Amino acid sequence: MSTLRILVPVKRVIDYAVKPRVNKAQTAVETAGVKHSMNPFDELSVEESVRLREKHTAKTVEDILALSIGPPKAADTLRTAMAMGCDRSIHIEMAEKDEMLEPLQVAKILKEVVEKENRNLVILGKQSIDDDASQTGQMLAGLLGWGQAYGASEVTLEGDQLKVRREVDGGTEVVKGKLPMVVTTDLRLNEPRYASLPNIMKAKKKKLEKKKLEDFQFRAENRLKTLKVTEPPPRQGGGKVENVDGLISKLKELGAL
Amino acid sequence: MSALRYQVKGIYKELLFLGRSYPLGYDYFRTRCHAAFSKAANITDEEEVKKRIELAKYVKKEIEALYYLKKYRAIKRMYT
Repeated sequence: MSTLRILVPVKRVIDYAVKPRVNKAQTAVETAGVKHSMNPFDELSVEESVRLREKHTAKTVEDILALSIGPPKAADTLRTAMAMGCDRSIHIEMAEKDEMLEPLQVAKILKEVVEKENRNLVILGKQSIDDDASQTGQMLAGLLGWGQAYGASEVTLEGDQLKVRREVDGGTEVVKGKLPMVVTTDLRLNEPRYASLPNIMKAKKKKLEKKKLEDFQFRAENRLKTLKVTEPPPRQGGGKVENVDGLISKLKELGAL
Repeated sequence: MSALRYQVKGIYKELLFLGRSYPLGYDYFRTRCHAAFSKAANITDEEEVKKRIELAKYVKKEIEALYYLKKYRAIKRMYT
């Protein structure tokens, strides 16, 4: 039985319940004064790594490391991850005004962390609910040359192999791979626990390492430039017709008949 | 008696913490939670207090489940 050293990257995003607003300059979504929380898909990956430990012995899962790249407040997200059961975390700090990194850059940083921290399993959320790129996991697996399972709905450890049930169109697919591996989580994987108050207090004692982007070798500029961000047009309300004749004439009017 | 007292205080704090993200707002949650606790403040029988603590724990689990389902459904609506 091999021991797992898990890396769980988490992202601080605008809370799922908040309706995002575009800023006045139409360059981005307004983030100031908006409630933020951990990306729901990352909660699933934190939960899954903690469950892997609970299902097996503490020896099987040697270490669960959470990582976040973001503004100073991303530390709160890491605290939540540690309250849910991660052992320690690394916070790669960026200034509040900095542009968000693109998936490729994130994957490059993650690769360096994986190598430096000697990880053999990376569990990521399949996408973040803010830019929905859904690329980081795949790019990381590509850069590392590891196997990957996208959109996991069940993860089982069998010796040094990982059996993953994946969600695909119209059903599931079971894949098996040798460690090291990259796994990205789908919505039906598990039910993330709530980070309770006592656990958050306890998590304050856990180690949180602060790093800067300059500590990493990668140097790349963002390749995409956001030109304009606009809100979708407001929904047109439907109309009511009196009877069948009204319906037919309405349909004719719209060119459907 | 004092051990139970701390337990009650602890569960009250935990509930208030959960209440911070209550859909109808913290004020709504806090007034109702506070009313429920203050109504039971004069219970002195230890067995009864223990029963009430169990009830509070049950409520806590229910609220956690509510949050989970709310989030799950919202995300499901967004992505499937």
